Amino acid sequence: MALSYLRSSSSSSANLKLLSSAVSIRRPISTDTTPITVETSVPFTAHQCEAPSRSVETSSSELLNFFRNMALMRRMEIAADSLYKAKLIRGFCHLYDGQEAVASGMEAAITKKDCIITAYRDHCIFMGRGGTLLEVFAELMGRRAGCSKGKGGSMHCYKKDSNFYGGHGIVGAQVPLGCGLAFAQKYSKDETVTFALYGDGAANQGQLFEALNISALWDLPAILVCENNHYGMGTAEWRASKSPAYYKRGDYAPGLKVDGMDVLAVKQACKFAKEHALKNGPIILEMDTYRYHGHSMSDPGSTYRTRDEISGVRQERDPIERVRKLILSHDLATEKELKDIEKEMRKEVDDAIAQAKESPMPEPSELFTNVYAKGLGVESFGADRKEVRATLP
Amino acid sequence: MAAIFQGVGAAATLSSSPSNSFDSNNSFLSPPRSFSVGKGASFSVIRSGGILNLNSKGRRAQQLISNAVATKADSAAVSSSSKPGHELLLFEALQEGLEEEMDRDLRVCVMGEDVGHYGGSYKVTKGLAKKFGDLRVLDTPIAENSFTGMGIGAAMTGLRPVVEGMNMGFLLLAFNQISNNCGMLHYTSGGQFTIPIVIRGPGGVGRQLGAEHSQRLESYFQSIPGIQMVACSTPYNAKGLMKAAIRSENPVILFEHVLLYNLKERIPDEDYICNLEEAEMVRPGEHVTILTYSRMRYHVMQAAKTLVNKGYDPEVIDIRSLKPFDLYTIGNSVKKTHRVLIVEECMRTGGIGASLTAAITENFNDYLDAPIMCLSSQDVPTPYAGTLEEVTVVQPAQIVTAVEQLCR
Repeated sequence: MALSYLRSSSSSSANLKLLSSAVSIRRPISTDTTPITVETSVPFTAHQCEAPSRSVETSSSELLNFFRNMALMRRMEIAADSLYKAKLIRGFCHLYDGQEAVASGMEAAITKKDCIITAYRDHCIFMGRGGTLLEVFAELMGRRAGCSKGKGGSMHCYKKDSNFYGGHGIVGAQVPLGCGLAFAQKYSKDETVTFALYGDGAANQGQLFEALNISALWDLPAILVCENNHYGMGTAEWRASKSPAYYKRGDYAPGLKVDGMDVLAVKQACKFAKEHALKNGPIILEMDTYRYHGHSMSDPGSTYRTRDEISGVRQERDPIERVRKLILSHDLATEKELKDIEKEMRKEVDDAIAQAKESPMPEPSELFTNVYAKGLGVESFGADRKEVRATLP
Repeated sequence: MAAIFQGVGAAATLSSSPSNSFDSNNSFLSPPRSFSVGKGASFSVIRSGGILNLNSKGRRAQQLISNAVATKADSAAVSSSSKPGHELLLFEALQEGLEEEMDRDLRVCVMGEDVGHYGGSYKVTKGLAKKFGDLRVLDTPIAENSFTGMGIGAAMTGLRPVVEGMNMGFLLLAFNQISNNCGMLHYTSGGQFTIPIVIRGPGGVGRQLGAEHSQRLESYFQSIPGIQMVACSTPYNAKGLMKAAIRSENPVILFEHVLLYNLKERIPDEDYICNLEEAEMVRPGEHVTILTYSRMRYHVMQAAKTLVNKGYDPEVIDIRSLKPFDLYTIGNSVKKTHRVLIVEECMRTGGIGASLTAAITENFNDYLDAPIMCLSSQDVPTPYAGTLEEVTVVQPAQIVTAVEQLCR
């Protein structure tokens, strides 16, 4: 049988064919979509609504996709770490490793017509929305092939055609934008929803509550997702928030607390939230997750938490390990196959980095493009419009 | 500047009628009327256009209702008086422009405090909620930061929201959204998103509204890259600029003035827009170029009457486009007259006048016969007391003195 998802050379798949026929193990193939039911790690905690069930329907192809996507995200972030240390990436670089389950699970529950907007930890969500590795690495290195032509940087990845609205540097400012997206969806009667992601640090921003109030009043299909990784840069959540139950903060808006390291729980919660928001207006999801790296590359991440804590989470709650165990226990693939996938992801990342390194820096004239929309015919050079100088009579 | 100030110190003692009409609609709907102030003062105060008649020579008070329209009749080109049109007040012109654009394009919607059921605190959105419904004319709670952000988010998807700040000063709460998201998203996304939003509202020094309600935000916003700023001053250009701003793909901030809403003018019936980046030639002349915008245009025109009587021929240009400046029109004027006076309502420090002075000096230094003079408001919070408030803004007598000094 062909393990068609493996893009590796034909010789290895031939070997596998040989191996499987020799050992004659029967197991579901990876493109199988027969439903498998899995229980989430912990039940959901609900506020002002009925929690969805703990049993999640998935399939072997979906699980293998999760594994593949999350392994790619993990590889990408670790490669970004090395690139930053090699000074190819400058400025701020906020890495998402540890939180991959949120990005992957969310994508599995929605379509590309639904909008996602997030803060600055956006590389993996951009990938989940269909971005390519080349676009990410080139943007991180400030090259022309980047998703924002090198002019945005790590915190400004956008993908308009798959409704990914970025990529924002100011903490909390993306939530009103997200509610505006939801307003536009309601205005155009799209039957789609917006996921506005923010962190436990941003959860204390006033504009969040303002936007939630307006969304609830106008019945907007906005889903506010708090990616609670328990640290707002260097401040632990118990020092920053009087009430760390972020899913309850919506008060009149219902909320759900989800284990953000369990990709199936995330998928179930997002599916539930989408149905809820389309009928009843805004809902808050709190994803209990964790980041292995510090807040950004300039933060070692160990001054405000112990290494034991980090390795403890990595051992017990790592999202990729959980999916690996699921796959192995359900006999969907062998250990070697999973390792091969990881190797393949590593190679993809390395190839993309090499390609991105070859992409040139933006032209100097790019400094002045896209300040104003092209329709004006203006490429602004500042308040005094120097180009007019020559044409004065 | 100090010399001019002291010169008119004596003349500037006026008492104006208190009209704190922030919540009473009636005063803004009543037709403009003039009345003389008692105590043997020789000056009349007109409430409608905020026009002061400081008659330095004679002691007679003048009837000045017609001046709001007469100013238009004085000007040469950009007049609409050739075709019979219809007469209306400035806030009605804004409303007409907004309504026509909402009819024309379904994506245009209005967000702001009390714009819907209440009809707008300055009646600019009156009747729109009934006509277009609650989803297109949206009453927001008092949350400028978030509803401006929501307008920008909606604009990212292609909607064309018109966000109203009940008073421009309140938009300071939304500065982050306007600066970082509105202005910069087109750039940081590499051109993927355009933000066709219009942010508008009344600003400027009113009638004893107090310091916090007399802000001139054009000076704060002028450095934000990626936005355009325009200031309207007559019903004709108010309607034209509103329509052009809505149709523009760029974020536009439209500055209105609290005291200009009751100006009456005859405007054309047909569809027209005003160029967002063009300045308006109010009165062509030969001796000096006076650059101004918004309410100060009327002070300048008042001063122009006196100047003409004294034998000067000022060229008055309403710059209208505050970002970017229309250096083409301005440059042509400077080449002709070689003298520039800027009259603005911004504060002295870091105002529009400061930037304009720098821009003109940089580009047209060779054509100047004298240093550029800039008359601005004092660098103080606007006081409540009427007499003090009069002195914080530029008065026509100061303009006359400045021109006399410039043309010496």
